[in-house]
Amino acid sequence: MSKIKPSQGAPYARIMGVGGYRPTRVVPNEVILETIDSSDEWIRSRSGIVTRHWASDEETVATMSIEAAGKALADAGITAEQVDGVIVSTVSHFKQTPAVATEIADRIGANKPAAFDISAGCAGFGYGLTLAKGMVVEGSARYVLVIGVERLSDLTDLEDRATAFLFGDGAGAVVVGPAQEPAIGPTVWGSEGDKSETIKQTVPWSDYRNGGEVAKFPAITQEGQAVFRWAVFEMAKVAQQALDAAGITADDLDVFIPHQANMRIIDSMVKTLKLPEHVTVARDVETTGNTSAASIPLAMERLLATGQAKSGDTALVIGFGAGLVYAATVVTLP
Amino acid sequence: MAFTQEEIVDGLAEIVNEIAGIPTEDVQLDKSFTDDLDVDSLSMVEVVVAAEERFDVKIPDEDVKNLKTVGDAADYIAQHQVSKA
Repeated sequence: MSKIKPSQGAPYARIMGVGGYRPTRVVPNEVILETIDSSDEWIRSRSGIVTRHWASDEETVATMSIEAAGKALADAGITAEQVDGVIVSTVSHFKQTPAVATEIADRIGANKPAAFDISAGCAGFGYGLTLAKGMVVEGSARYVLVIGVERLSDLTDLEDRATAFLFGDGAGAVVVGPAQEPAIGPTVWGSEGDKSETIKQTVPWSDYRNGGEVAKFPAITQEGQAVFRWAVFEMAKVAQQALDAAGITADDLDVFIPHQANMRIIDSMVKTLKLPEHVTVARDVETTGNTSAASIPLAMERLLATGQAKSGDTALVIGFGAGLVYAATVVTLP
Repeated sequence: MAFTQEEIVDGLAEIVNEIAGIPTEDVQLDKSFTDDLDVDSLSMVEVVVAAEERFDVKIPDEDVKNLKTVGDAADYIAQHQVSKA
């Protein structure tokens, strides 16, 4: 039996830089109210959302990702040529194959990196971050771009008063690279496939191929109360497990960046977790809407850009969504 | 030990007060959570989870929509703790 040489990874991994891209068009609740019977007050009270961004035809999954990736690379002080891994999490790239990650890698000028897409809904950023950390520590990559990107406006039923106001478009990216100290904690992640019906695409694409009667273009639909209960009370437990796994308590936290699903979920999670007053809570959903896999890096970028959080802060990030899937970890902010 | 109906209503009043800020004395059997007490569908989930903990009952999502009034919730809790005993 031949002896196989093991790969040489870094001792630890860290987030080196973050970048975001929000589409130019800002959509206020008044636009949503053109197609549903509701009110600005109702939308705000149920979701906390005031505006969201919707992508134009030119702002594709690839172009938004390239913009966010460029900013993340600049923030990290890394060139595109140094990137040897690109992970893209999305559920709204409308081409089954090839993965959009390869196009993005090529267009940013990376040098033939490993590149692939993942589908983990609103937990996609945490899934990608965990894979990237593994690649860096294991040694199969040194610098990995993790991108969360969505054009959820393409999958929104504008006539559904329960979801029409919820979703937005955008891209968020981070660069994960080597570190001498632990800066990404153990990930607490998992799936609950028995609850797959609570957030889902209304009809499969194959309904079109089969030539059947398909009334409406597919959209994302959810059972609001069931999702709310799971997101707040089950995810608070997962968040606590991530703190425990990292060996810290809520008192040690500077920042809390939950998936920006809905302000009510965020507020209720903060209460359930009994987060101390000094912890800065990301509330980017107010002006960005729910951007699924993009929401955590977008919120992270905004907190850092506005000075609400600073480099070196300890942050708890938790994503949760369709699957149902979830991923939580403690990170040091870049 | 089973809770009396009075204990259940008092407990629900405290929960609704804590979650929606409604005075406890307004939480009466015939009051509708949504129409009278300003408890919307998401706050209702918080009320249900708090009630589950307080009264040691399980209230599945599919039953939550049937709990329109404080009386509906009190009856549900009373019945489910009785069947458990």
